[in-house]
Amino acid sequence: MNKRMFSGLLLALALISGPVLAQEATPALYEAHVNLHDMASVQRGARIFFNYCAGCHSLQYMRYSRISHDLGLSEQQVMTNLDFNGVKFGDHAISSMPAADATKWFGKAPPDLSLEVRAKGADWVYSYLKSFYLDPTRPVGWNNTVFPNTSMPNPLWELQGVQTAVYAPSRPGEDAKVDKLDLNQPGLETPEQFDRTARDVTAFLTYVAEPNVYERERVGLWVLLYLVAFSLLAVFLKREYWKDIH
Amino acid sequence: MAAAPDAWKPKNKALAWIEDRLPIFGFMREHTVEYYAPKNFNFMYFFGSLALLLLVNQIVTGIFLAMNFNPTSAGAFASIEYIMRDVEWGWLIRYMHVTGASLLFVVIYLHMFRALMYGSYKQPRELLWVIGMLIYLALMAEAFMGYVLPWGQMSFWGAKVIISLFGAVPVIGNKLVEWIMGDFLPSGATLNRFFALHVIALPLVLLLLVVLHLGALHTSGSNNPDGIEIKQHKGADGKPLDGIPFHPYYTVKDLVGVGFFLLLAAFIIFFQPTFFGLFLEHDNYVPANPLVTPAAIHPVWYFTPFYAMLRSVPSKGLGVITLFAAIAVLFFLPWIDRGKVKAMRYRGASYKIALAIFALTFIWLGKIGIGESTWIGDTYIARALTAVYFVFFLFLWAYTYFGWERTKPVPERVTMHE
Repeated sequence: MNKRMFSGLLLALALISGPVLAQEATPALYEAHVNLHDMASVQRGARIFFNYCAGCHSLQYMRYSRISHDLGLSEQQVMTNLDFNGVKFGDHAISSMPAADATKWFGKAPPDLSLEVRAKGADWVYSYLKSFYLDPTRPVGWNNTVFPNTSMPNPLWELQGVQTAVYAPSRPGEDAKVDKLDLNQPGLETPEQFDRTARDVTAFLTYVAEPNVYERERVGLWVLLYLVAFSLLAVFLKREYWKDIH
Repeated sequence: MAAAPDAWKPKNKALAWIEDRLPIFGFMREHTVEYYAPKNFNFMYFFGSLALLLLVNQIVTGIFLAMNFNPTSAGAFASIEYIMRDVEWGWLIRYMHVTGASLLFVVIYLHMFRALMYGSYKQPRELLWVIGMLIYLALMAEAFMGYVLPWGQMSFWGAKVIISLFGAVPVIGNKLVEWIMGDFLPSGATLNRFFALHVIALPLVLLLLVVLHLGALHTSGSNNPDGIEIKQHKGADGKPLDGIPFHPYYTVKDLVGVGFFLLLAAFIIFFQPTFFGLFLEHDNYVPANPLVTPAAIHPVWYFTPFYAMLRSVPSKGLGVITLFAAIAVLFFLPWIDRGKVKAMRYRGASYKIALAIFALTFIWLGKIGIGESTWIGDTYIARALTAVYFVFFLFLWAYTYFGWERTKPVPERVTMHE
């Protein structure tokens, strides 16, 4: 009876979870397919981040030395290719843009990105980077379909090129909705290359959000192996003791 | 209390010297080697020892977290990241604490469900059940306050919503809310007092209650999947015929449970530490900001069934009453259920169906309470499920009070299925 009841519960659970899950109304995002074990991708992401993003955005919880340790880069590589602020190897990656000025220029100081992937997810960051378009009604001339009315201009426009919006037909009185984005003016990279660039930046930020990820998975494997052995021993021990119980 | 002349004594002289002055070894013996538990425990009986293991885990990891945590509104969030990044093994300690908290609720819910399956709350174990409910209550307070400490968006707004529930108390409501928070909004004062309660006051209460829970358990003896009192059939030596010494039989058996449970826990800690955003939520990685309300405010998954009930009721006062009633009614379960047969396997078919519906209702309410769906229909479903939740207890009372239940004969002695 126990087992039948349990499987009945499971079945019913599966039945209710379908419709409940199906009702989520989040905007469609591209899938980032980040691979943190593709070290070249994470390293490229670090280079792009420090060349294009770090001028405005800090990684206040991330030390240059930690990046060097985790991504297999030498101190010299990090100091010449990533640390453009001339701060010490063990310092945090803080942007040199004064927050007060930034607020004046953009309306809001650029947020710290240490935990951006934790807070919004890799897919969101990846899609956001791909979804800028020219919008003359915005103060900085750019808008974004993933984060409408963002105050951030497209930092990667020279790589991606310039996208413009194609609007869906709307009834009078309704706001026009963006139907799709067209690449109006090509950039230095092809769309496929730019997808890789956006994925690399996302991979780097995913690592930054949880720099213990490599150590976690490495240690975890040994812990699981140990626990398998422990459990097996426990099973044998229990059988031995329980032999005479009927 | 003078020891009986034939009382057990350690053979070692030094230990015997201690035993004469403080019978601690005899006490340990009485509650392990000489504690007889029914021999027919099944899978559902692993969760008590696992809950104890998790409580120890929470205390030990909590000590190390408290060494590096900064309980101020300006420093709390950054100190968590300091633990995650700069403290040696800090990430592991924090993941163990966070995963442990969620798993403790998984284990406690299964432990409570076991009591419903086999009637473990019934005479003579009513007080055992009531103490268990007090543990559950203290655990909810402990978990809620712990959740506030990282001072992320969901910590702040969760605290604001949950504390504001006390505003529904007539006359003194608003003053009560200010008194709890020590401010007009959750602030550094709130965070600091929650830290004190989380690391000192509530753990002490929990430990005391656990001791009382075990004391009550060892007084009446453990129930079992057959719902038979093993003390009614004793051998010539005065030991229950269907009982076996807790140690070594159940210590080694529980070790198996511990092994497989730790495998599951380790998999989560090392390979899925946020558990798909359920154990560690995305919004809580944004620092608390009193000026920005998150899109959806909801408590952690283990509170969401009650949260869904609260939100489904259109009036705040009635919603709060519903919420507290949903927990309070559980305290009275031993007196609501008048049935003499304990175990589900010998109870009427309607009880089994009702129990399955009750469990599903609770889980479905939890799903709705997480609030990812914005579908208006969920409000009506939650309302219906809230009604079903309470109807279960009404049904259980009527079913047993009016003698509608058709039970099967309960065997004299326990049965083994393995």
